[in-house]
Amino acid sequence: MDIALQDRSESGASLAFRNATIGYDGHPALHHLSASFPAGSMTAVVGPNGAGKSTLLKAAIGHIRPIGGEIAIGGCRRTEIAYLPQLSEIDRSFPLPVFDFVAMGLWQRRGAFGGFRREDDEDVARALAGVGLVGLVGFEQRPLDTLSGGQLQRVLFARLALQDAPLILLDEPFTAVDDRTIGELMDVVARWNAEGRTVVAVLHDLELVRRRFPRTLLVARRLIAEGDTNDVLTAEHLAAARHHIEAWDDTAPFCEAELAR
Amino acid sequence: MTLADLFAAFSDFAFMRRALAGCLVLSVAAAPVGVFLMLRRLSLTGDAMAHAILPGVAAGYLLAGLNLWAMTAGGLAAGLAIALLASAVTRLTPLREDASLATLYLVSLALGVILISARGSAVDVMHLLFGSVLAIDDTALIFIGIVASITVIAFAVLWRPLVLECVDPGFLKAVGGRGAIIHVAFMLVMVLNLIAGFQALGTLLSVGLMMLPAASARFWTRSLGAMTALAMAFAALSSVAGLTASFAANLPSGPAIIVAAGILYALSIAFGPTGGLIARLRPTRHRTG
Repeated sequence: MDIALQDRSESGASLAFRNATIGYDGHPALHHLSASFPAGSMTAVVGPNGAGKSTLLKAAIGHIRPIGGEIAIGGCRRTEIAYLPQLSEIDRSFPLPVFDFVAMGLWQRRGAFGGFRREDDEDVARALAGVGLVGLVGFEQRPLDTLSGGQLQRVLFARLALQDAPLILLDEPFTAVDDRTIGELMDVVARWNAEGRTVVAVLHDLELVRRRFPRTLLVARRLIAEGDTNDVLTAEHLAAARHHIEAWDDTAPFCEAELAR
Repeated sequence: MTLADLFAAFSDFAFMRRALAGCLVLSVAAAPVGVFLMLRRLSLTGDAMAHAILPGVAAGYLLAGLNLWAMTAGGLAAGLAIALLASAVTRLTPLREDASLATLYLVSLALGVILISARGSAVDVMHLLFGSVLAIDDTALIFIGIVASITVIAFAVLWRPLVLECVDPGFLKAVGGRGAIIHVAFMLVMVLNLIAGFQALGTLLSVGLMMLPAASARFWTRSLGAMTALAMAFAALSSVAGLTASFAANLPSGPAIIVAAGILYALSIAFGPTGGLIARLRPTRHRTG
């Protein structure tokens, strides 16, 4: 897709977690995690339910403040990160047409009050075309609640494309989406990566990860493995990940690692 | 009583003209507040805030009599205090926002009634709770005008982030928009409108001019802009009908306006094309694609 794609040949954006502990109410969802997402890489984040995958992305965009350690973003500002939320976080009953929703991707360019120009309209149209939403008469004016799951996901991808971000975080982008849509949207993601953008995606479909993602991060409340997908998604690692999901424990002892160092 | 007589009510009596002007201006301001309250599922929050401002208004009334500015300052202070207290209780304890708001506004309402009845008469209580067209003097009219102007400007500036905060708050936060500030600004505008409405409608019912037209408009259109415009029109229509009925049958103006809005709401539920009952019952013809 060629929407406002300035040359990204300059170094690109990277993301790194340094001994980061992230969680809610003092209970870590991610415990002393160190992991890095180099500029221009394309990484899948996998792990069992409750492993802290979404938490990882939310911490990166600043929704959750880490309890300890640090999260470093290189090559772009935090507000320039493009983030695809899980569908459940969007209020689809709000009477907003597709066009208005997608156009929010231009926030960095137009802000809260800036007027829309013709080139913006064209960019929105191109973004919709780029995710396969072409030839649907009146589609831009349809309200969100009339869209199918696949269409809504494409619309979200269109908004993401408009953000023209150097770092793209996707939280379960392919849930409730059919295989054809997954294939097409996966091509879109691969194109973003080919343009030099750094991509991090939380996924459950290990087959898809093996086929399309060069790098993988396996987490289960802590880092299990990181690196080339084939080296990470081994039987031993996956078994280890399953074992490391412990229950939320109100009586769990406080972590002493901080003091010991 | 003929139509001409009803028209005469407005042409002959200055207080009726002032009440009409006040309610029409109020309609323009209250309608968008109501639309967003409804779409953000905060309808009952509006109601709770309407109750919550009473002790502030009452305190202003006790200190300075029927002085608009004193009552406004009191109402604003009480409204903000309750809103902040409720969100503090929500953040610091396991109690959810609706429960903490409900407990606080009930106490606030009770305090307000005690304050008024300690010094004033039953008539005063009635006026504050349910409004009176006679209360709309020139000062009140100017105040309503100021609040409406602030509201219109605030919505013009906040529209885009406010919509985003409703649809996809996570996105607004991610792009660096300050959702919390937007929310507080919106609540502030709402409290201002509640206070502006209380002379005509009373503290308890001024939220009605927000919610009922907004809820009615939802049954006629899916477009946010059209919904807001329609809500304004419904609110204005209710104001005219309610004031007329109030004059003709010697009814309290606030309840009369809200009942008029209620009738429009019932009609909307019945006949509205987007989700109305009749539209739903009618066998729908479907398109081929």
